[in-house]
Order: sequence, then structure tokens, then C-alpha cells
Amino acid sequence: MLRDAMDQAKLAGATLHNFHGGLQLRHNKRISCELPIERAAPAERFYVPLLQQSGQEAQPIVAAGQHVLKGEAIGCVEHLGSGYLHAPTSGTVSAIGTHPISHPSGFDGRCVVIEPDGLNQWTELHPVDNWQQADPDVLRQAIRSAGIVGLGGAVFPTAHKVDEASRRGIHTLILNGAECEPYISCDEMLMREQPASIILGARILQRAVGARRTVIAIEDQMGAVHQALQHALRESAAAEIDIVKVTTIYPEGGEKQLIQVLTGLEVPSGGRPTDLGLLCQNVATATAVARAVTEGKPLVERIVTVTGSGVRRPRNLLTPIGTPISVLVEQSGGYADDAARLVLGGPMMGYALASDDNPVIKAANCILVLSSDEIRPPQPEMPCIRCGECARVCPAVLQPQQLQWTVRHGLWDETVSAGLADCIECGCCDFVCPSHIPLVEWFRHGKSELRRLEAERLAADSARQRFEAREARLDRLKQDRRRRMEEKKRALGDGQEKQKRIADAIERARSRRQENP
Amino acid sequence: MNDSSIRVTASPHVRSAESTTRIMWSVVYSLAPVVAASIWFFGPSAVLVLLASVAGCLITERLFGSVRSSLADGSAMITGLLLGLTLPPGFPLWMAFLGGAFGMAFGKLIFGGLGQNVFNPALLGRAFLQAAFPVAITTWPSKPESWWTLQGDNLALPLMSPVVDAATEATPLGNLKFGDNPVITPLTDLLFGTTAGSLGETSAVLLLLGGLYLAFRGHLNWHIPVSILVTVYALSGLFYVIGISQFPPLFMLFSGGLMLGAFYMATDMVTSPVTNKGCWLFGIGIGALVVVIRIWGGLPEGVMYAILLMNALVPFINRATQPRKFGSPPRRVAEKKKEGGP
Repeated sequence: MLRDAMDQAKLAGATLHNFHGGLQLRHNKRISCELPIERAAPAERFYVPLLQQSGQEAQPIVAAGQHVLKGEAIGCVEHLGSGYLHAPTSGTVSAIGTHPISHPSGFDGRCVVIEPDGLNQWTELHPVDNWQQADPDVLRQAIRSAGIVGLGGAVFPTAHKVDEASRRGIHTLILNGAECEPYISCDEMLMREQPASIILGARILQRAVGARRTVIAIEDQMGAVHQALQHALRESAAAEIDIVKVTTIYPEGGEKQLIQVLTGLEVPSGGRPTDLGLLCQNVATATAVARAVTEGKPLVERIVTVTGSGVRRPRNLLTPIGTPISVLVEQSGGYADDAARLVLGGPMMGYALASDDNPVIKAANCILVLSSDEIRPPQPEMPCIRCGECARVCPAVLQPQQLQWTVRHGLWDETVSAGLADCIECGCCDFVCPSHIPLVEWFRHGKSELRRLEAERLAADSARQRFEAREARLDRLKQDRRRRMEEKKRALGDGQEKQKRIADAIERARSRRQENP
Repeated sequence: MNDSSIRVTASPHVRSAESTTRIMWSVVYSLAPVVAASIWFFGPSAVLVLLASVAGCLITERLFGSVRSSLADGSAMITGLLLGLTLPPGFPLWMAFLGGAFGMAFGKLIFGGLGQNVFNPALLGRAFLQAAFPVAITTWPSKPESWWTLQGDNLALPLMSPVVDAATEATPLGNLKFGDNPVITPLTDLLFGTTAGSLGETSAVLLLLGGLYLAFRGHLNWHIPVSILVTVYALSGLFYVIGISQFPPLFMLFSGGLMLGAFYMATDMVTSPVTNKGCWLFGIGIGALVVVIRIWGGLPEGVMYAILLMNALVPFINRATQPRKFGSPPRRVAEKKKEGGP
């Protein structure tokens, strides 16, 4: 069966399919597409969080007072072998201290604080010569040392994904340009302005993982993007790349949904696209790969959409990682009077920040400032009336109303079998719920509870194993001792000889006591 | 940005404008034409009976509901109106009030209020009245001379049986089933409601319009009424053709409480299945039970019991019709794995 699926996956993009549920949302993208991408104004201080991706935070490899150049490694990430964190500009490390880190938890974390020297001077760069002939290993190594992560928002280390893909063997690379969340336009603007670098990135990635073809998926509303990419494609004369327009419906930019749209196949629950011979990468990630390989430049900046009715001049800015959000907002005309919420990411999946001191991180595709008109005032939660609207819009074909019930009541076995792990937290159910039940929040809570229970179970298991091992060891020692005693007893022999030996031993002890009283 | 003006909340940050309260009130509004028609046909009696059953529901909800503001959500109002519409115009008011109170207390609040109940509260109230006052609830007074005259014995004192007027009339269903000389009521009378019957049972056209409005607004799962009506039509057509039953299929569709039941009672979101597949099963079950009760049962009408019986099966239907989750293997494969696996 999997073989059939693999064959079907090879036809990705030939015919388009539907996924279950989804929402047609108001895009609100045009407002941020009017101005071209511009470089962000230089910040007075850069705060580079050591925690930028899944897993643990990076280990700093610079010290306060040290001078660094742009692109120099300042942190080492051990999680999934994912490489390095780099200085976004040249300057002096003023401290490694605690600062807001744009994390969903809202907690502060450790940041490398850099005082720029204003020269913005690159460190020595090591591009890969002639990538067309380079060994795929070398290309993957270049991706690793450039610290590239998925720029669509998931920030999964690209090197790890690419390694796995090349190990398992894939046939098709999918570049995800279906930016389905409302308001966000950084990928759209990138594809419009730098289509050649995307095509280049696609070809490099294709070589790095050994894929035979690439499908670039864009939304059907991106007319200018399609023209630009087509043009770049003709110039590069790469035959094995197709551009496919998919219908705009949220959340089709989700990896699993996009694969279903392109191939009609579902990524198995708990599985990866590589199970179908596919690798999915965001278009911005592809340009980062192109830059890392052909110029040797690590990932130190990204395009960030600054938008929403809460800013006066929405736009896209090419922003060094670590730039405080306040700098971007100021460059976008400042806050409107009715700005009410500051969100990192889109309105459906992004998380609210408490202040604009938070820095731009690798995951930051959008700074969304919503006005009070755009957000609905919080409304009291009402009982679920089982209208079933949540189930109709769920792209994972779950029953959110039953799921929230099992989570709320702590029925963890039922929660697992109802498929909580398959929830992608797209927020569709939450959006439509007429009873204003914060479904996604319950699901996040459920997931973290399940993680905690799993950790507890593992801890209990290992404690039990330790206990059993200790018992076994003590038992073994006891047996050993008994055996030794028996052996000694046997060595003593019996009768007269035994008596004599005992007498000798007593005599020895007595004489020793007389010598040292 | 002024820090005190920022609210940190969980995503999503945008929401649809729909709300449970709005859904409930639009159901109430969609009943307005039916209510108006019942007043037009039955005069002040209709107003009094509806008021009494609504009062029974609202007062009980207010007294025993767990949330003080629960009256505002409109659900008690719906129950009261629907119960009132299933009662005959000459029904004693104290009984209507009691029915509303019973339906609300034992059909809904005892389970934990909105969203928790197993049975449709309005129908449970009516089932109670049917059991307690079988004569009063099946007495259909003849139309009085003047529109202003009260029908039957609306004002019977509490705990007193109503004085049964000699001049009564049979409903189309009762007439055809138990009448001395059974007549099939013409379809036009059934469609526009110029027949004897409960307040809201008579005008099939207005019920259909209200139902269509709700379906259009997305507040009603059309699978349920469609499967009920198709099943009733097909089954009764079959029985009529092979000569088992004397009810023609179109007569079946438009008489009695079928329209009210199919569009307003069976579609109650709380007491109907969540999946579309489940809704088909639910509707087919109701349709079949309606036909069976009407043809072979001891009562002229079977919509109420058909829906209540199927309400009880909803949890099982829900469990049996769970859709396949994204990325999980087809059910057959999964079961095979389970059987063959370790």
C-alpha cells in the first residue's frame, strides 16, 4: 500500500485535491504589500535569544566584552545536531543576560546582547564553490553550519530535515509558498521580489537531498508571484521545477494539508512527509539555503511583515535577528491610536506578546498589531451545544467538541484515542465555536499534560527499574556472602583440625592484644 | 504602545461573529410566522396556551438554572414555544404551565442545563402531559363562531379536569385512523393549516419556510429533516402501494406534527448526532418509527415518541459514526491490525 502511495506522491501537483474542513478568511494581505521590502533601521542594541527553536537553548560561545563580526557564531545548538547561532551585526557583546525572548510562554530568557559598531562588517565567509558539482554532503553541511531553520514558523532545524530526507530517499521537494494565514505577506513579497533566489534554493535543496523534482506551491490569488516565478524559472532553464497554484483556504499552508492538496494523500498519523517520499520546505528557507551555499552567509536576517490596523504604514522589512520589535513598529509609522494587541505570527496561530521589547527571532514571520476593531472583545464561555461546527472545519478530521470534553475532565486515555496528537492547533474550531470555548487552549493544555504524564511515567519506570536492579544486586551480594561463608566453613574441615584452628586463632588474637594494650 | 492597553490572550485572535445566543434567538425568530399562524387560526386561546408554556419554562429556568443569566441565551424560550406549539388550542393553561416546568426541570436542568440533556426538553414536557392528561391533550374543539371566543376549557382551575365540550373535531390523522367514516383531508388544507390540530402542527408551509431559513443560516443540519421526510415518504408510499396502510404518502408528510418535529424538534443540536452520517441514521430511525407508530400504534400520532426514542440512541450513534481521523488507516485495515497484531 505504501508503495502505491509513493507512486501517487510522485504525481504531486498534477491534479489538485481537497482537504477536510478549513476556513475562508479575510486575507488582509494587500495592506502590507504596497511598499517594497526595505532593510530594517539599525537598532541600538540587538538581543539574540539563545532559545530560538524547538529543544534546548543554545550554549553561548562568546563572552561579554568580546568583539564579534556579522555572521560569526555566537552560540552552539546541540538539539538534533542543528548547528549554530550567529551574530546579526558586527559589534561588541555587552552582556549575556536575561531579557524578553519572544517565546509563547512569555517568560524571559538568556540573550546575547550586542552593541553594534555600525560597520556591519561580515566575518570571513566560506561559500561552496560550484554547487552544481558539489557533493550533497557538503551542501548539507553548509546548511547545518548556517544555522538554518524552517522559516514558515515551525523553526524545525532544516539540516535535520534534510539529513533525514537524504537518508530515507525522497523523490519530490515541495516548496511551500501557500502563506495561508491572513495578514502575513513576507513570503509573497519575497517570491515577488527575489524569485531567482527561490529557484536557486530549490535546485540546491534538490541536489542536497537527491530529489528528482520540485513543486513550488503558491496561492491562486498571488498573480504577480506566479509571473515572477515563471520568469525566473525560464531564465534558470531548470526543467524539473513546477509551479502549482492552489486554492486559497486556511490552513492549506500547513505541511500536511498542502501535501494532501497536491497529492491526495494523508501523511500517516505520527509520521513524516518522508514516509511518502516528500520533503516540504518554506520558500524563505529555500532562499536562506541559496544564500548559505552560494555566498556562505549564515541565517542572520529574515523578512518580517509588520501589519494590522494597529500600525500606520504596514510593510515588509528585511530584519536582522535580535532587532527589538519597537524598531520595526516605528519604521512602519508607529502605533495607531486604537492598537490593542501585539501578536507574533498571524491572527490564527500567532501568540500575543506583552511588550515590544521582545526581539525578532528566526520564527518571526509577522508582527501583527491588531486594533480593537479587529479583535473581538472577550466573550463569556457558554456550554457546548454540540452544533458540530468545529468538526466540520477541522482539517485533521477530529471531533474538537469531544476532545475538549475529554481534556477538560482529564480522561487521558480517551484523549489519546480521540487523536489529540493529530491536532495541528490551526484554530479553525476555536474561530467558529459559537459558545466561545477556547478549544485550542484546551488542546495545548492537554498536550502539555500528556507530555508531563509521559515524563512522569518514564521517571516512574526508571525508578522502578533502579529499585529492581538494586534489589537484585543486594540479593546477589547476600548469596555471594553466604556462598563464601560456606566455602570457608568447608575449608575449616571438621573434628580435631577444626578445634585446633579455632584455638590457634584465639591465641593469635590474645597475643596481639597483649602487644598493643 | 501603552503597555496597559495590550491584552495578552491565546490564539486565535480573530473569531467568527456567531454565538450560541444568536443561534438560539434566530430559531425563536424563525418560529414567528408559525406562531402568528396559530394565533390567526385559533384566536386568543393560542396566545394563552403559548404564554402559559413559555412562562412555565422561563420561570423554572430562572429559579433552578445554574447560571443567573441563562434566560438570555434563548434556549428556555425555544423550549416553551415548541412545547406550546404541540398542544391543542383548548388545553387548560395550568397544564401547559406544568408541562413547561416539567420539561425544563426534568428534561434539561436535572442533567446540568444547556448542552447536557439527553432528551428534547419540549418533547419530554409533552410526553409528561400525554401521560398525565391523555384526554385533555387529545381533545380538539371545533372552531368557535367568533375568533375572540376561547376554545375548549383554557381557564380550567389548577388540578381540575377540563370540562369537555361536546363539540369536538378529529385531527386529520385521528380521523383517518379512528374515525367512523375516515376521510383523507385534502392536501391544500394540510399545507396551509385549515384543519384541526395542535397549535403549530397545522401549517406545513410556514414550518417548511422557517426550517429553510434556519438551514440557510447554517443553524440546522439539513441531513436530519431530509432523511426523516424521505424515509416517511418512501416507507409510507411502499405500505400504501402494497395495501398495508390507508395513509397516502403525501398525506403522511403534511399531517400531524411531522414538519414541526422534523425541522424543529429532531434538529435540536444538543440531542441530535454530531456527524452527518449519524444524522442520516438518526433521521431514518425517526422516519421509520413515525410510520410504524402511525400505522400500527395505538396513537394517531407518533412523531414525539419517535424522536424521544432516537434521542436516547444518540450517544451510541455518535460512537458508531466517528469519522476516520486524518492520517490514520482505514477502519478495516486498523481492525485487521488489531486482530492480527500482538
